Amino acid sequence: MLNWFHRLGSPKTFFEISGRWQVPLLSLAVLMLAGGAAWALLFVPPDYQQGNSVRIMYIHVPAAILAQSGYVMMAGAAAVFLIWRIKLADVAVKCVAPLGASITFLALVTGAIWGKPTWGTWWVWDARLTSTLVLFFLYIGVIALRSAMDRQAGVGRACAILALVGVVNLPVIKYSVDWWYSLHQPASFSLTEKPSMPIEMWLPLLVMVIAYYLFFFSVWMMRIRNEILVREKNTDWVKQWLAVR
Amino acid sequence: MKFGRMKSHRRNRLLLIVFIVCAAGGATTFALFALNENINLFYSPDQIAQGEAPVGKTIRAGGMVQDDSVTRTGEGLGVSFVISDMKSAQVTVEFEGILPDMFREGQGVIALGQLNSEGVFVAEEVLAKHDENYMPPEVAAALEEAHESGVDTGQKAGYE
Amino acid sequence: MKFESLTAFFYMDGHGIYIWAAYGLTLVILAANVWFPLIARRNIIRAEKSAVLKAMNRKL
Repeated sequence: MLNWFHRLGSPKTFFEISGRWQVPLLSLAVLMLAGGAAWALLFVPPDYQQGNSVRIMYIHVPAAILAQSGYVMMAGAAAVFLIWRIKLADVAVKCVAPLGASITFLALVTGAIWGKPTWGTWWVWDARLTSTLVLFFLYIGVIALRSAMDRQAGVGRACAILALVGVVNLPVIKYSVDWWYSLHQPASFSLTEKPSMPIEMWLPLLVMVIAYYLFFFSVWMMRIRNEILVREKNTDWVKQWLAVR
Repeated sequence: MKFGRMKSHRRNRLLLIVFIVCAAGGATTFALFALNENINLFYSPDQIAQGEAPVGKTIRAGGMVQDDSVTRTGEGLGVSFVISDMKSAQVTVEFEGILPDMFREGQGVIALGQLNSEGVFVAEEVLAKHDENYMPPEVAAALEEAHESGVDTGQKAGYE
Repeated sequence: MKFESLTAFFYMDGHGIYIWAAYGLTLVILAANVWFPLIARRNIIRAEKSAVLKAMNRKL
C-alpha cells in the first residue's frame, strides 16, 4: 500500500498511468453526462408540485455534491503534502482549486435558477446557501493565496493549511438544514438512505452524480498533467516525451 | 498505513494538522453557538405564539399553510391564511401580492414581514418551501387516494 | 418521452427558460473545464519545444 502510494507519488509514473486513462475516462464522463441529461430532460416525469422545474435537480444536486466532495479531496491532498511532502500532492491541491471553484459556482447559480420558480426567490441568506457561498470563497482563497505567493518558498504549505482550515465549513454545509430553520430542503440524494423519490427519478440522478465524478477526475487529471510538464520540464523524460510530440 | 511505524517528524506534522483543524473547528463551533438564533432564517409558529418574535420588526415566519385557511380579503390580490407547525401553534398571515406557483394549502411557506400588535403577521413577500420528496403526479394522486382511505403515508414532514 | 411536441419540450409549461438557462450554463462551465486544460497543454508543449530548440541552436 505504502509502496504503491510512493510510486504514484512520482510525477513520471503518474504521468504515464494517467496518459493511458485520460481519454477513456473523459469519453465515458461525456457520454454519461449527455445520456443523463437527455434522460432528465426527456424521460423523467415532472414532479407533482414543481412540475418540469424538477429537471434542474439533475444538474444542480451533482454539482453541489461535487463542490463539497472536491473540497474533501483537496483537503486530503493538502494533508498528504503537509505530512509526507509529496510534491505531486501539492500539484493536486493547486489543480483542483479552480475546478472546485467552477463547480461550486455552477451549484450556486443552478440553485438560484431552480429557486426562482420553486421558492419564488433567487437567493436567501439561509444557512445552506450562505455556507455554500463560503465554500466558493474558500476555493477562491486557495487560488488567490497561490497567485499572491507565486514561486515563494512555502507557498504549497500555506495553501495546504488554508485548505485544511476550510474543512470546518463542510459539516456546516451538510448539517445546516438540520441545525437551523432554512429555506433549503434536506438532502435529496444519498447512497446510504432510502431514496426520497421513486426509482424512475432517482436512477437518472445516480447516473448524473457518477458522470460528474468521472468528469471531475478526468479534468483534474488533465490539469495535473499540464502542471507536471511545467515543473519537470528540465528532466530527461519530459524532453523525450516532447521530442515525439 | 501504519501510524505506529511512521517517522516521528511525520507523526508530529500529522498531530499539528489535527490540532489546527480541531482549533478551527472549535472556534467555528463557538461562533455558531453564539449566533445560533440569528442563523435561523425564520421564526416558527410556535416561537411566534410564545412571544419570542419581535413585534414591529421585519422578520421571517415559516410554517405549513393550514388546509381550508386561505381566504381572499378585499378586492384585489389580498389574501389571508394560517400557518401552523402541524401541532397546536398557529399564526394568521395577511399578504397582498402575487403568491409563488408552488403556494398551496398543506405546503410549507416562508413569509417576510412584520408581526403587528394583534399577533397577525403582515407579509410583504411569501416564498414556497418544499421538501426533499419528489414524485410524479400520478404517484401523488395515488398517495392522496390512499391517504383519504386512512393510510398514513408519512409525507410532509419537516416542521415538527 | 414526456413531451408531445417540440414546442412543449422547449416551453416546459413555462419553466423552459429556467431549465434551459441552467442546462446551458452547465454546458458552458463543463466545456470550459475541458477547453482550458487543452489550450494550456498546447501552449506548454509549444513553449517548451521552442525552448529546447533554442538551447540546441545555441550549442550549434
